[in-house]
Amino acid sequence: MADATSHATAADPTSDTASDAASGVPPTDNAAPGVIAGSRASSALSGGAAAAGDYAAYSVGVPLVDTKAPKGPIEERWKTRRFEAKLVNPANRRKYTVIVVGTGLAGGAAGATLAEQGYHVVQFCYQDSPRRAHSIAAQGGINAAKNYRNDGDSIRRLFYDTVKGGDFRARESNVHRLAETSVEIIDQCVAQGVPFAREYGGLLDTRSFGGVQVSRTFYARGQTGQQLLLGAYQALSKEIAAGHVEMHPRTEMLDLIVIDGRARGIVARDLITGRVSTYLADAVVLASGGYGNVFYLSTNAKNSNATAIWRAHRKGAYFANPCFTQIHPTCIPRSGDHQSKLTLMSESLRNDGRIWVPKAKDDNRPPAQIPEDERDYYLERIYPAFGNLVPRDIASRAAKNVCDEGRGVGPGGQGVYLDFADAIGRLGRKAVEEKYGNLFEMYERITAENPYEVPMRIYPAIHYTMGGLWVDYDLQTTVPGLFAVGEANFSDHGANRLGASALMQGLADGYFVLPATINDYLARHPHEEVAQDHPAVHEAVTAVTDRLYALLSNNGDRTPDSFHRELGELLWDECGMARTETGLRKALERIPSLREEFWRRIKVPGSGEELNQSLEKANRISDYLELAELMCLDALHRKESCGGHFREESQTDGGEALRLDESFSYAAAWEYTGAGSAPVLHREALNFEYVHPTQRSYA
Amino acid sequence: MRLTLRIWRQHGPDEPGVMTTYEVDGISEDMSFLEMLDHLNEELILGGDEPVAFDHDCREGICGACGMVINGQAHGPERTTTCQLHMRHFTDGDTIDIEPWRASAFPVIKDLVVDRSAFDRIVGSGGFISAPTGSAPEAHATPVPKAVADLAFENAECIGCGACVAACPNGSAMLFTSAKVVHLNVLPQGGPERESRVLDMIDTMDAEGFGGCTNTGECATACPKGIPLHSIATMNREYLRATIKGGQRRNS
Amino acid sequence: MALATRTERSPSLIGSVWRSTVGKKTIMAVSGALMLGYLIAHLAGNLKVFFGADDFNGYAHWLRTIGAPILHHGWFLWLVRPVLLAAVVLHGITAYQLSRRDRAARPHKYVHQRQRQSYATRTMRWGGVILTLFIVWHILDLTTLTVNERAEEGHPYENLVASFNTWYGNTIYITAMVAVGLHVRHGLWSAAQTLGMNSARSDRALKATANGLALVMTCGFISIPVSVMLGLVD
Repeated sequence: MADATSHATAADPTSDTASDAASGVPPTDNAAPGVIAGSRASSALSGGAAAAGDYAAYSVGVPLVDTKAPKGPIEERWKTRRFEAKLVNPANRRKYTVIVVGTGLAGGAAGATLAEQGYHVVQFCYQDSPRRAHSIAAQGGINAAKNYRNDGDSIRRLFYDTVKGGDFRARESNVHRLAETSVEIIDQCVAQGVPFAREYGGLLDTRSFGGVQVSRTFYARGQTGQQLLLGAYQALSKEIAAGHVEMHPRTEMLDLIVIDGRARGIVARDLITGRVSTYLADAVVLASGGYGNVFYLSTNAKNSNATAIWRAHRKGAYFANPCFTQIHPTCIPRSGDHQSKLTLMSESLRNDGRIWVPKAKDDNRPPAQIPEDERDYYLERIYPAFGNLVPRDIASRAAKNVCDEGRGVGPGGQGVYLDFADAIGRLGRKAVEEKYGNLFEMYERITAENPYEVPMRIYPAIHYTMGGLWVDYDLQTTVPGLFAVGEANFSDHGANRLGASALMQGLADGYFVLPATINDYLARHPHEEVAQDHPAVHEAVTAVTDRLYALLSNNGDRTPDSFHRELGELLWDECGMARTETGLRKALERIPSLREEFWRRIKVPGSGEELNQSLEKANRISDYLELAELMCLDALHRKESCGGHFREESQTDGGEALRLDESFSYAAAWEYTGAGSAPVLHREALNFEYVHPTQRSYA
Repeated sequence: MRLTLRIWRQHGPDEPGVMTTYEVDGISEDMSFLEMLDHLNEELILGGDEPVAFDHDCREGICGACGMVINGQAHGPERTTTCQLHMRHFTDGDTIDIEPWRASAFPVIKDLVVDRSAFDRIVGSGGFISAPTGSAPEAHATPVPKAVADLAFENAECIGCGACVAACPNGSAMLFTSAKVVHLNVLPQGGPERESRVLDMIDTMDAEGFGGCTNTGECATACPKGIPLHSIATMNREYLRATIKGGQRRNS
Repeated sequence: MALATRTERSPSLIGSVWRSTVGKKTIMAVSGALMLGYLIAHLAGNLKVFFGADDFNGYAHWLRTIGAPILHHGWFLWLVRPVLLAAVVLHGITAYQLSRRDRAARPHKYVHQRQRQSYATRTMRWGGVILTLFIVWHILDLTTLTVNERAEEGHPYENLVASFNTWYGNTIYITAMVAVGLHVRHGLWSAAQTLGMNSARSDRALKATANGLALVMTCGFISIPVSVMLGLVD
């Protein structure tokens, strides 16, 4: 437990360690307080001015090289890697323990598959059941290069589309493996009983999805994520019942245990009893999802969080491309300050709906009273070729622009109309109802407006994070023995993810990639016991409990949510849909002081020895306050625009994202050096041998 | 609007609970029910009280985490999940009673949070198709008639929220269990484990202390996903079929 | 190396049915169906009362000669009685056990109570108790004639009229027949559901059948005491 003195010291900005407070360092995570405080103090002094200047003064470390991806023809690389990987004798597998954090598509699939192979799996989720992971909310579908339509699809084409869709910021080897694996995923899921949509002949139905010319998306009505997740959950449940997986629901990972440079376990808190325990293993797999909730309002689940990956980052795992976040253009706008999360409406609505705003500023007339010639169908005007069907990032930015001009509609002017009047006139209400009935119903439930009569209001929202822990071809992070799968890693989507590809990546990682590569690591590191009283274990536990104690004992005057909202708003404004150097610098200046204020004014009621949802929140927010800074720095350093990252300084004459391949054709992996202190940038150069980078154009 | 809330407060599993009254003001009709509780909790925290604990996650009606009995109805007056219930269905000055799911198989953990792990154990005992990764045949090897796939999907929609158990006067889990049994038993892929699945799942359901079905239909009325009551009939049929055939149990 | 493998014996059918809630419900459904079938035949016989004493008494006599000459006089009734008794006992025991289980599964009632189930659904348990008591009374009244006003063996018509000439005889009978109607109304549909014979398509037809049958049975049975009271039967 933290002693009261150190806590009081850090909270008092007038004390000697003022630099700690100024950079918003949690008062209790100092393994060696003297050293860390000292180094920070010196950097703060050397900067002389605002803390932002210091943080932005990152240094560049040695470039990263993915040593695991084999050379040779791209079609052969995954086969080669699997053949070259060492194997663990089946009889020996039960001696190995693998920790899996998270039970979404990637984690659930990995846990079940590793257990089937014979490993002892210890798995965690913060939800009350593994079935509730947020993969469940994915609507649209899952891509696979089955070519059942005979429409020219192939592994090669899926590979090509994904690299291009990612705006040439993903690794070719990984993406090709993803496309190869996609085919097996569908087989696997069908065998598990996933009720995909079928045609009358009994064969699987597919549909096409944004920005692709083939029909390769398999779906289960609007609930594909739910059905795929339940498939993985059921496989996992079987292994839990058989005793091969030790499942810890309502248990949250709060730190990583690294011993002799290798990941050997985690520290986790039982959310019901508050008990902080250590779990030791031969390898740790993080499948904890993305960090979209750093924005407070997003389409993520309320409790989705970045704590597991951020704690791993603090323990040495590099964090790659944190500024690559995806914004989805068709979400239901916020209805007021009470808004707690945003709800996505399927992108398919843009197939028939027309997007418009009034031509005049501050036009408050109801939409029906705005005559046709006073409406601006701005997507059709600016992008005549693609119209309302431009890619996600372009549609989102265009909506932001018209709202910034004061032409937005609805409460706070943060919305644009998505109008089905034409479609209803052309196809008839019945046809529209058949296509979109359930979406219209959902919209009406939330907004109490009938979209058959009044145009829908939509606005972009944070949806997915392409960035994450840096991993090599084996999905291993820079901490040996620590693996990251699914949205938690950064590897496959580059700067922008295509629709229906998140489910594909999660399941590919979980069912097929990780189980093949982790073998190699385990085979090379025979099991060795770690003593529960190892100093590294003790240190990790102390850091966790001290931090919880600091949160609980502060007794300030602001709630966790109030900080989260403030941080979210700041990020949305400065590191959201469009980013500028000035805005990012402003955010980098504000975040440390917000962090300092957090540790000074946070109020967490209750105790740590019980279910305490405020404590959970506050603890997660304390990590967001550090992660946000890295996101802004990454966005600041990447002076180009690409995919979901739009720097206003880097655009074409037509206002489109302008990539700067000569300077930025790399993945930016950041090394942690301490809270609020400048990280080290390690670049991993991206080479394109098969898909030649081109500039996107949709005009 | 201004509301009076009477909420079940219970500090821990073994402690007595009590309905506690709170007044909240400034509730917008656009708020969801959970946002209304967020609003209350912010006030409670600032006032030095402990916020009301409740389960919630996706807040878009699909994860199944949220659930409370509102004025005696599981998930409240609309046929939806609590997170998708909006305050416009209440009027200014209303008194709203909020209680946790009540069933001996769902013990209260704190306030409105209950332990639904019994559902996971029911699924673990047979609610799956054994298809270890890598063993799957080509997806088109077995065509599945559209009607069968649709029936499976209709039942697979269950979100495991537990409203059926909460609404049933007997605290029965028949609707939940039957949804999974029907989903998997009607598919050709689920055929080989058809008998053991239904026998094992019903055994586990009984062992977890859920009540029996008296066919009151409350479960299907409360179900936010519209799992139909005749899924229970189908499960009963599967059970009788398996029993008469002398089906093997996996867990015997 | 080949090892001899043997499939494990599954638990006995009866044990497996008796242990599970679904199995017990099956027992209730089957025993209920048996009793319902008996009641329908019973009603058909009773309605002969409207054709006069000779017809009715003749019918009662014929019941004792079913199966002759292979069955001795009255044997058929003695074959039926244990089956009915078993049905009543099994129905009662399983109902009692399931009710106890159901109550244990919801130990803490909701503070905010609201009625939702149909009247027939809610009265199944009390209806069952009323009917059990009635069966005892009914046997004492018209089979063993222990409590009958007239108690003349071999003259069921006269005994029946005597019973329905008393206020308590009528009250008990009419109350019980209303309970029969309510019990059948939910019980028939419920049994079909339990035996897996219900589906989306047959649901409405089944409910209509249950309602219709319940109405016919209650009205049919009650028509007799009412007719006695009105003097149509004497």
